Amino acid sequence: MHFQPTDDQRALKAGVRELLAGRFGRRALRAAVDRPGVLDRTLWRELGEAGFFALRLPEPDGGVGLGLPEAVLAFEEAGRALLPGPLIATHLAAGEVAGAATGETVVTAAYGGLVEWLAEADVVRGEAAGAVPVRSVDPLTPLHRLPRPPGAAPESGPEPVAVLLTAAEQLGGAARVCELAVEHARTREQFGRPIGAFQAVKHLCARILVRTETARAAVYAAAVTADPLDIAAARLLADEAAVHGARDCLQVHGGMGFTWEADVHLFLKRAWTRTQRTGDSTQSDELLAEDLLPVRV
Amino acid sequence: MDLADSPEEGEFRARLREWLAKVLPGLPPKPSPDDWPARRAYDLGWQRMLYDAGYAGLHWPVDAGGRGAGPARHLIFLEETEKAGAPYVGANFVGLLHAGPTIAAEGTPGQRARWLPPVLRGEEVWCQGFSEPDAGSDLASLRTRAWRDGDAYVVSGSKIWTSHAEVADWCELLVRTDPDAPRHRGITWLALPMDAPGVTVRPLRTLAGSNEFAEVFLDEVRVPVVNRVGAENDGWRVTMVTLSFERGTAFVGEVVACRRALGELAREARANGRWDDAPLRRRLGRLNAEFRALWRLTQWNVSEAEGTGGVPGAGGSVFKLRYSHARQELYDTAAEVLGADCLDLGRPWVLDRLSSLSYTIAAGTSQIQQNIVAERILGLPKGR
Ligand SMILES: Cc1cc2nc3c(=O)[nH]c(=O)nc-3n(C[C@H](O)[C@H](O)[C@H](O)COP(=O)(O)OP(=O)(O)OC[C@H]3O[C@@H](n4cnc5c(N)ncnc54)[C@H](O)[C@@H]3O)c2cc1C
Repeated sequence: MHFQPTDDQRALKAGVRELLAGRFGRRALRAAVDRPGVLDRTLWRELGEAGFFALRLPEPDGGVGLGLPEAVLAFEEAGRALLPGPLIATHLAAGEVAGAATGETVVTAAYGGLVEWLAEADVVRGEAAGAVPVRSVDPLTPLHRLPRPPGAAPESGPEPVAVLLTAAEQLGGAARVCELAVEHARTREQFGRPIGAFQAVKHLCARILVRTETARAAVYAAAVTADPLDIAAARLLADEAAVHGARDCLQVHGGMGFTWEADVHLFLKRAWTRTQRTGDSTQSDELLAEDLLPVRV
Repeated sequence: MDLADSPEEGEFRARLREWLAKVLPGLPPKPSPDDWPARRAYDLGWQRMLYDAGYAGLHWPVDAGGRGAGPARHLIFLEETEKAGAPYVGANFVGLLHAGPTIAAEGTPGQRARWLPPVLRGEEVWCQGFSEPDAGSDLASLRTRAWRDGDAYVVSGSKIWTSHAEVADWCELLVRTDPDAPRHRGITWLALPMDAPGVTVRPLRTLAGSNEFAEVFLDEVRVPVVNRVGAENDGWRVTMVTLSFERGTAFVGEVVACRRALGELAREARANGRWDDAPLRRRLGRLNAEFRALWRLTQWNVSEAEGTGGVPGAGGSVFKLRYSHARQELYDTAAEVLGADCLDLGRPWVLDRLSSLSYTIAAGTSQIQQNIVAERILGLPKGR
């Protein structure tokens, strides 16, 4: 058992982080916020060239030939950077939809009750007829709602790999808000000392880390086993880490946390958006509950 | 990232399983929780069986009499023994997980030779005399005094919450040898023989109704200077070695046990109809996610320790915080499954619920663990 990332995996993660820091740093993030609904096609192609979408495509098919653990590490970085766009749908379309692997084609998917980035996408997978635009709470994720007759059965939810990669993004977001909270707690002073010296603030930060690191273990393990139950567990833990982490980070920032200018709200809103992307969380609860009972014959 | 056994690990696991299947059916019945001498005998008997089969001190260094196995193999051992329903370390806990590793790391060759083999062979029981009535979380404020008198220290004071004190042969004792030095600098680590004149043990009843721990009164007890591990006044550093061991590996078997309990709980809920209560059923599902994650976190921490030569990192505090909370949540959920039966001590899980209450207190409270995480991992300024 060597559960820690290999040197190659660490290098890949660091490489994605560097790429995103260069191409989608804070200034680009805020510029994207100021131009809602517009996807940066140049960046999309650069991601394609870097192999982001073709990561798991076999080499003979023009892909990078890596596995789920590598994809999870890459999507964790995307989540950390708040990289916008239907990344997972396009990644999953690589090899199946022409141009998806290279970033020429933007692919979105109709999961659950919503479609992200419908107006900007070249291809929509799943049934999106009659979808109506929503005033999305997340300025970086335009949304359409799918028509659903009242009383219809809940959607079955996206495929497990999409759930796992969403959990990876949540993990990255959680790790980043932990850093933001700690940075602020170390530098902001009140009562003549950094607020991070106050235990109430310290404990908020500690709890963000505990949730993040527990989620990390669950997400990485699910990447290794690809077991739907491990994936469901990873999803629940990662959603919790991302949403509560952003909330606690906001609290640590005080009034600044309530502003449009601080990035904290972007993390919270994206975390909320991702919890909806993967269907109702009670479906994951139910799956894991069922697993506790002996198999019925 | 890989969760599979290496060929050697797989072989180790298979041989261990085979051995467990062979010996466990022949074990004597578990003694009653209140019969301490019988519990001691049972726990030591199990340790002796491990010793004879070559499994004692698996994670201890070879030159300390152990098997020098890395954390990953130790994890397999703890996982498989728990899954097979083997006895828990019980009274051997302090010897195997605190005092022993401390002596292995800091003791002289003579001290290792004196104290380590009896722990491995299941002949001697240790307890931990750290906490005092006025020194709990603030352990460095401990006041039990020791002064030199020839070739002995004379020790006076009192310890509290000492688990297994009634059946222990030895106590790893922290005493103050220099009251004038800064708090952390005047402490010394001594091995106290529990039968020395002047040692009085008074059992304390826990809220679960049993005598799991005790008060230990020390009235001019003479402890030979050769029983000191590490230098005089260096006991704080010596102790920190022990505490990091405690937080690293102490709960592995319990996580496996909790996962089993969760399955039993689900079956009970189905039998008594509460499974149809969707919020309760989902709460059980969420606990499944929680304990799966805790198991993965254990594997993660163990893999990390494997890379650092077996020293558990601060990840132990992260784990302990999450686990102690999850354990309480598990048994609170059990109470919901039981309904009014949660008040009946004769029902399963009711006592477990009571003992789960100690998890956020013992071995460093959750508040102290959060301070540790915030200051040592996140680098936030020390309070005060
Ligand atoms: C079942 C059990 C077995 C034990 N076994 C042993 C044993 O074998 N040997 C041994 O030496 N000890 C043992 N202990 C003692 C244990 O280590 C202490 O109980 C623990 O360290 C807390 O100390 P205390 O009880 O004095 O509580 P206190 O330190 O008085 O704490 C009381 C409350 O104040 C909070 N608090 C204290 N300081 C701070 C701070 N700086 N910041 C925030 N909150 C704070 C605590 O979190 C807690 O909520 C055992 C305890 C239990 C419950």
